[in-house]
Amino acid sequence: MEELLEAVSGALGDRILETVVHADQLTVRLSRDTLIEDLTTLRNDSSCRFAILLDITAIDLPQRPERFDVVYIMLSPFMNHRLRVKVATDEFTPIESATTVWPGANWFERETWDMYGIMFSGHPDFRRILTDYGFSGHPLRKDFPLTGYSEVRYSEEQKRVVYEPVSLTQEFRSFDYASPWEGVSTLPGDEKAEDEAAA
Amino acid sequence: MAEVQIKPLTLNFGPQHPAAHGVLRMVLEMDGEIVERADPHIGLLHRGTEKLIEHKTYLQALPYFDRLDYVSPMCQEHGFALAVEKLLGIEAPARGQYIRVLFSEITRILNHLLNTGAFIMDVGATTPMLWTFEQRDKLLEFYERVSGARFHAAYFRPGGVHQDLPKGLDRDIAAFCDQFDAAINDIETLATNNRIFRQRTVDIGVVSAEQAMALGFSGPMLRGSNVAWDLRKSQPYEVYDELDFDVVVGKSGDCFDRYVLRIEEMKQSIKIIRQCLDMMPGGEVLNEDHKFTPPRRSEMKQSMESLIHHFKLYTEGVKVPEGEVYSAVEAPKGEFGVFLVSDGSSKPYKCKIRAPGFAHLAAMDELSKGHQLADTVAILGSMDIVFGEVDR
Repeated sequence: MEELLEAVSGALGDRILETVVHADQLTVRLSRDTLIEDLTTLRNDSSCRFAILLDITAIDLPQRPERFDVVYIMLSPFMNHRLRVKVATDEFTPIESATTVWPGANWFERETWDMYGIMFSGHPDFRRILTDYGFSGHPLRKDFPLTGYSEVRYSEEQKRVVYEPVSLTQEFRSFDYASPWEGVSTLPGDEKAEDEAAA
Repeated sequence: MAEVQIKPLTLNFGPQHPAAHGVLRMVLEMDGEIVERADPHIGLLHRGTEKLIEHKTYLQALPYFDRLDYVSPMCQEHGFALAVEKLLGIEAPARGQYIRVLFSEITRILNHLLNTGAFIMDVGATTPMLWTFEQRDKLLEFYERVSGARFHAAYFRPGGVHQDLPKGLDRDIAAFCDQFDAAINDIETLATNNRIFRQRTVDIGVVSAEQAMALGFSGPMLRGSNVAWDLRKSQPYEVYDELDFDVVVGKSGDCFDRYVLRIEEMKQSIKIIRQCLDMMPGGEVLNEDHKFTPPRRSEMKQSMESLIHHFKLYTEGVKVPEGEVYSAVEAPKGEFGVFLVSDGSSKPYKCKIRAPGFAHLAAMDELSKGHQLADTVAILGSMDIVFGEVDR
């Protein structure tokens, strides 16, 4: 772990905005402006050599002004190290595409765009990837409902698949009530008794 | 003779094509028989697994992993179970770890059997597919005996495995190992030195080591290009560091190498299974700390505390401490990773699934450029694509 920390801080120096070590794994936060430069350094630096980009994803934190953290998960098979790089952004500010550093970033960025609506500038083929043709919205955002907005069925009259607004015979039920050991002070059915006691 | 101008042709490959391995739609731009550009359209099997997991407790999220890569279910449960264990800071007991390794390797054989069989069939031979399915069925029976289900096992849980092995299973697995070498040899005599098979696979879809790394390959796709990278050796989890096995690598990184590599990996897996059966200690299979793992049913009949634990675990679920973790296992297809973010509640705040097949399929354009149409089928077959994990 120390070896990795040393290598990464040696390569990037004060470009690192924040370092987090959790469960024996290192995450560094970098600035959006110098991202591609820094990623290239991480790939080429002789003590880092992060040759494999395993994945790109994002974390949606709607309470923050820059609501997304884009996460780059990388691996150095030469030094046997793993590293995560985080960059903050919002819905409107594009991040420079990492396809110039790792060509494998292509689909990962397309997926991140599809799922979160994060834009990547300079991407060679910037399209949606997982969702349906003509889909709108970004499903993994926290404000996107689990049930979605439209559903499809085959229409016997029109002889084709038609899109309709979602109508559920049973509403989605969230069983996320507070723990009876911690959250609830009044048992269900006892509300009236307490009101009477207060009066 | 007058010169004839051949128009570039756009060909729609799949999604209803047996060689598309499920629901791949590929738009191919052809110059005669030569592929100029391959554009895979994926997502036809997208079920929103990651979104669903955000709305389920950690235990409820586990069965979704069976349904990703549905030919190697237990390896993926393993990835998720390890991630949750890392966040909770617990470990499986020794016997549980051995059972996990044992079934990970059974799963590897299960996966490679399907892939080699289907791959050989893709390039024209039907018989090996039937033989591999015979072997697969024997393995699926072990799945059934240990978990009750042939595919969607939900057997690996955070903290260990759900149940101990039933009586006599170890003996039967050993018996399976004894007959397996002969079965593999049968398949090899039909395919490996077959002239047609070699013509269709040697020097097709060649990937260099640098290319493979830049494209984010892992597993057999990376090892086929002569990179000795196996998480079981380089970042050993569970008891892999105590076991004796070799990492198989290919030399030229073509379809044929990847096929041979998978055959050899199956033999290594048999070796690991034999060692697991010999070395497996007795004891518990699931972590004993019942704040995290459900107590045994027999305990629940006697102890009030066990009953409370059980109720809490199956209603509210385990509260996982805040933090984020990425944990990876060497799944049969490559590095299967789970990136989990917990906000301290009993449901994951975010769960990103890193599927090896996704990165492999992304390279389809690069690999099939300049090859003939029939070669794209061979390349696709050697990539070992399953759409459950690509589309998630």
